[in-house]
Amino acid sequence: MSEQLSGAEIVLKALVDQGVEVVFGYPGGAVLPIYDALFRQNRIRHVLCRHEQGAVHMAEGYARSTGKVGCVLVTSGPGATNAVTGLTDALMDSVPIVCLTGQVPTFLIGNDAFQEADTTGITRQCTKHNYLVKEPDRLARTIHEAFVVASTGRPGPVVVDLPKDVLMGKAPYIPASRVKHRSYKPQMKADIALIEQAVELMGKAQRPIFYIGGGVVNSGPSACKLLASFVRSTGFPITSTLMGLGAYPASDQQFLGMLGMHGTYEANLAMHACDVMICIGARFDDRVTGRLDAFAPNAKKIHVDIDPSSINKNVVVDVAIVGDVAHVVEDMIRVWKAKQIRPTQKALATWWGQIDAWKARNCLAYKTNDTTIKPQQAIERLYALTKDRDTYITTEVGQHQMWAAQFYKFEEPNRWMTSGGLGTMGYGLPAALGVQVAHPESLVVDISGEASFQMNMQEMGTASQYRLPVKVFILNNQYMGMVRQWQELLHGSRYSESYSDALPDFVKLAESFGWLGLEVESPADLDDAIKTMIESDKPVLMNVHVDPSENCYPMIPSGAAHNDMLMGPEDTAGAGVSDHGMVLV
Amino acid sequence: MITQQDIRTHTIAVLVDNESGVLARVIGLFSGRGYNIESLTVAEVDPVEKLSRITLVTSGTPMVIEQIKAQLGRLVPVRKVADLTVEGPSVTRELALLKVVGTGEKRVESLRIADIFRANVVDSTNESFVFEIVGKPEKLDAFIKLMEPLGLAETSRTGVAAIARGKESLL
Ligand SMILES: Cc1cc2nc3c(=O)[nH]c(=O)nc-3n(C[C@H](O)[C@H](O)[C@H](O)COP(=O)(O)OP(=O)(O)OC[C@H]3O[C@@H](n4cnc5c(N)ncnc54)[C@H](O)[C@@H]3O)c2cc1C
Ligand SMILES: Cc1ncc(C[n+]2csc(CCOP(=O)(O)OP(=O)(O)O)c2C)c(N)n1
Ligand SMILES: [Mg+2]
Repeated sequence: MSEQLSGAEIVLKALVDQGVEVVFGYPGGAVLPIYDALFRQNRIRHVLCRHEQGAVHMAEGYARSTGKVGCVLVTSGPGATNAVTGLTDALMDSVPIVCLTGQVPTFLIGNDAFQEADTTGITRQCTKHNYLVKEPDRLARTIHEAFVVASTGRPGPVVVDLPKDVLMGKAPYIPASRVKHRSYKPQMKADIALIEQAVELMGKAQRPIFYIGGGVVNSGPSACKLLASFVRSTGFPITSTLMGLGAYPASDQQFLGMLGMHGTYEANLAMHACDVMICIGARFDDRVTGRLDAFAPNAKKIHVDIDPSSINKNVVVDVAIVGDVAHVVEDMIRVWKAKQIRPTQKALATWWGQIDAWKARNCLAYKTNDTTIKPQQAIERLYALTKDRDTYITTEVGQHQMWAAQFYKFEEPNRWMTSGGLGTMGYGLPAALGVQVAHPESLVVDISGEASFQMNMQEMGTASQYRLPVKVFILNNQYMGMVRQWQELLHGSRYSESYSDALPDFVKLAESFGWLGLEVESPADLDDAIKTMIESDKPVLMNVHVDPSENCYPMIPSGAAHNDMLMGPEDTAGAGVSDHGMVLV
Repeated sequence: MITQQDIRTHTIAVLVDNESGVLARVIGLFSGRGYNIESLTVAEVDPVEKLSRITLVTSGTPMVIEQIKAQLGRLVPVRKVADLTVEGPSVTRELALLKVVGTGEKRVESLRIADIFRANVVDSTNESFVFEIVGKPEKLDAFIKLMEPLGLAETSRTGVAAIARGKESLL
């Protein structure tokens, strides 16, 4: 008979087998056996969060910046419920996470035992899949399966609920190589006939556009490279969603910037006017499409996605290709070459002429002055002073997030971590910590808002404890700016509860955690302050006072079409939002 | 191409690994995404492979039905999703038990109608019958309607079981 290990030892052995180097977590009664096993080994590092939501966001930052699975360990009951927001965030943004949750012993399940929660019930709708392990014999197998499910196909969070008696029981270990799932098998390679159809459409296009998203990043850096070389060989314009930023180099001439609600004028108008749209790894989110019945009305649409449920969900497409980006693009390139496709250069030139005219509108322009820092200016300076370094950017949620997306230029994938689908305020600081754990030598900046920062600021302690020198760059506009902007647009500028009152003294707050605190108010001091922040080997909290009234443009108001953008405050004043638009989020 | 047209009823067969929580996943999917469930039946059909078969009757526009199938297919324990309404002819059956209480002429009439519908009497007292009827859901509907004025006191329906005609099988 093979060697018997304790359940907790099996858990750790399985994690090592899966290549896990670090676990983000928080102890409690139900997971004490695992914490004891952690104590007695040195293969896996543990990073202690201050709140379990933070642990999941850390794992997300770790996962998004490395392409690996992020691993979380929390206790039963409140530990598991605190993790729910992070899990939902990871589900919406397709981030591979394995979250181990403690559970009361099997014989107490259902008894309202101390710190019991129906974790698999609660997390069923916010995970890609979840498991309750009822026998030690099933532990290794289940954990291996969880990693496969989390990391393959469309990635997502997986919960493995671990009753304490299972952790204390004994069983033999089963290596990952011996575990195969019975039914789960995502489709990687697509039907070649569909790819031929797509390529032929592209060849005949007069006004084509690539619309790419987070799925390209999910497919990996080599998928991004393949796609970039394909896009260059076509000469077509390309735009990206918030989640796809960095998959295609932002400085490239063919790149039109982000599309959607706060996307550029040229990207949105090109989407509206295109005759062939090639959507790759994006999911036609409502923030991107705007009014559905006016979305790219004259376009033939090609959609490449690994998840069949993303296709024809919001927008009906003409060519639906189910498969992984890397595999599909490889085939597309092959077919493109074999068929010797030459797009009509004359039509393309006319199309680019039109796009350049839209670009000339210079939609991201803003006015600076000598007295107040403009938020856009702060990000432009941050970009200028960090772009030549090995830099990773995370964000919180709000106007600052959109300005970061507009003004920070990403040349590579996995450098940009933001909460897109759920829009979770409080994501950025813990995500930055996770990134810093994965890349200890790199510069990691959380572009933050004063309101969002307060949602998970307890994680400052985590940064201090593990000497993670993250930089929190707060664009302090004294408002929940994004809320204020909507109140101006939809609710007669009645600023109900959107003012950030009773803010802490950020410098003192920073110092109390052993961080460096910086404060900057004048445009003249901005560069020096940013340089001080970058040069510091400590974590830094930088409170940048910015113009409190600045709004984020362009903006497609909810329920409006791509060609119905607000370009600045002048437009907002006269904007009428339809009744239908009023009910949209 | 799919368009936002009329709402149609579809019968969908889903083969799943028979593990705990699998039914909750399917039902949670329908409630969470706001789809209709008109009927749902489930039972283990392969004890060796541990497979259960769920038969769902749902309705929606073609786009919604496509979504429902794609969302079902995305659940990890789901092996196979088949739309019996579009993938060729199929047989649909349901069983119902009806308790009809009464005496005299109504009682005789209920027995006569049961005979026409080929329903069986599976329990009887001096004042009541329990009828068992098998057939398409519409046949059951008609039978129940006729029994209402005759003292129908209680109905229990199994929900729909369905299978494709011909020699092809689901797995
Ligand atoms: C305040 C705020 C404002 C926002 N404004 C905008 C905006 O202006 N513009 C904008 O774009 N977004 C905006 N967003 C984000 C928006 O809500 C969505 O999160 C985002 O648009 C979705 O990006 P995506 O389509 O790339 O999909 P993702 O959520 O990244 O999904 C990826 C898609 O790719 C597929 N996929 C995954 N892996 C693979 C693979 N290997 N191969 C093939 N396919 C794969 C998945 O199945 C999925 O369909 C905003 C968010 C917030 C919080
Ligand atoms: C957890 C959570 N609660 C509420 C919201 C709604 N919301 C979106 S943006 C925002 C304001 C963010 O303010 P701040 O962090 O200061 O950023 P700003 O918009 O001012 O740049 C709020 C409340 C949210 N996205 N997340
Ligand atoms: Mg703010």
